[in-house]
Amino acid sequence: MALLEVSNLGIAFGGLQAVDKVDLTIEKGGLYGLIGPNGAGKTTVFNMLTGVYRPTEGDIILDGVNITGKSPASINKAGIARTFQNIRLFSDLTVLDNVKVGLHNQVRYSTVTSILHLPAYFEKEREMRGRAMALLKIFGLEEEAKQMASNLPYGKQRKLEIARALATNPKLLLLDEPAAGMNPSETEELMETVRFVREKFGTAILLIEHDMSFVMGLCEYITVLNYGRILAQGDPETVRNDPKVIAAYLGGE
Amino acid sequence: MEFLSYLVNGLSLGSVYAIIALGYTMVYGIAKMLNFAHGDVIMVGGYIVFVFMNQLGVSAIASVAAAMVVCTVLGVAIERVAYLPLRGAPSLAVLITAIGVSYFLQNMALLIWGSTPMSFSSIVSMEPLQLAGGRLVITGEALVTIGVSVVIMAALTLFINRTRLGRAMLAVSEDKGAAQLMGINVNATISLTFAIGSALAAVAGALLCSSYPILQPTTGAMPGIKAFVAAVFGGIGSVPGAMVGGVLLGIIEILSKAYISTQLADAIVFAVLIVVLLVKPTGLLGKKINEKV
Repeated sequence: MALLEVSNLGIAFGGLQAVDKVDLTIEKGGLYGLIGPNGAGKTTVFNMLTGVYRPTEGDIILDGVNITGKSPASINKAGIARTFQNIRLFSDLTVLDNVKVGLHNQVRYSTVTSILHLPAYFEKEREMRGRAMALLKIFGLEEEAKQMASNLPYGKQRKLEIARALATNPKLLLLDEPAAGMNPSETEELMETVRFVREKFGTAILLIEHDMSFVMGLCEYITVLNYGRILAQGDPETVRNDPKVIAAYLGGE
Repeated sequence: MEFLSYLVNGLSLGSVYAIIALGYTMVYGIAKMLNFAHGDVIMVGGYIVFVFMNQLGVSAIASVAAAMVVCTVLGVAIERVAYLPLRGAPSLAVLITAIGVSYFLQNMALLIWGSTPMSFSSIVSMEPLQLAGGRLVITGEALVTIGVSVVIMAALTLFINRTRLGRAMLAVSEDKGAAQLMGINVNATISLTFAIGSALAAVAGALLCSSYPILQPTTGAMPGIKAFVAAVFGGIGSVPGAMVGGVLLGIIEILSKAYISTQLADAIVFAVLIVVLLVKPTGLLGKKINEKV
């Protein structure tokens, strides 16, 4: 069974059908791309998958469980995490605390334990710190653990967002334009990171990206959206040579 | 010596303001709303302590604990019934609702306990501390108030900065959407904030009524507003700001009463708010928000 099965997904804002009849299947551990011109509805799809928007039509099945219309927090618990197009770190928290927020549901202890600082508190906090530091190390951020997230350079903020999302232990990771604003060498490094995440955590990844060499070089399967509908689906080679896709990007018949 | 004793009184009153202001500032930081009913929760806390201690004869500490439980339940209930349905509504609607809840609580108290002021007997049974050969006298109430406040502030600071739930509160206060997508239940976090704020209000009620022993349904109104001023003074949304603002405001109030005029003391307190807002609109420790253009 596939990890994620999306069928006939659609949402309308008033009279505007922003996304319509989108089908998407994601296998465990796969690398998927979602591309399309500006305003095609890519981020809207992400927002529906993560529960920010409630779809007006269709079903989202994650690992056999229907998660359509559930709250963002419970969808995250079910196993979908994401990053944002415009970075949304908790900028007043340290780098380490950002990751710890991601571990909120992974390392749990009760309110009473928190208030009274019972022995379990110290044990669990130590575990949390260990797991957070291990994640930061993977992303080469352990040196900056004590810094405020807002003081990190741009590329590292992007990495921290991925680390924070991974902290929630997702089965599926959604990356919204992870390479935006990166220079070619940073983009190259990011590709390595994404591959590494897939290898190391076995997480399936669906990413939105405008950088075509990034998407084509990384993803195994690509879905092209245009005006909220699926224009083409297939491996990078098929999509690249699809006349409809070329027309949508470059204009034409 | 006289100055020192005023200072201690100011510190004691200011500690109470600080505890109340913490409730305002935490709720504002997380739910982005001004809970004007907060002052009246103090009054309810005072009455509960009064009922348990004076009428049922329960010990002072148990009475305060009972008031904390009642106020916590009350605070969470207010949030669920009155504010939760308005999440996402314009802030003016929430503000008006909060004022409505405030009147509701005052009138419920009027209905239950009547309008006759009750004389609250202090929860502190401690001899005044005589210093400098009896020239500086510090009441037991002042000592306990200051001591309890220090403990509360330290514990709250640790809770917010060092625990899982505290971090969730910080995350929600900074970016509700992103926090939700990290698996944090925003409604539960807001409820927790109201619970903590209301439990602190109960403690504040007990301490306040011990020092100023007249209890009536409007008892919480003025301290509530003063604590709100303290929260804004310190920078609303900032926890250390509420502590600093509360303590400073208490000291300013008592010193104005002592050296300027008893009648004008309240006016001076509110003038301080106006001046602070003119000079530093974000308050003493408030964060500047840069609008991106």
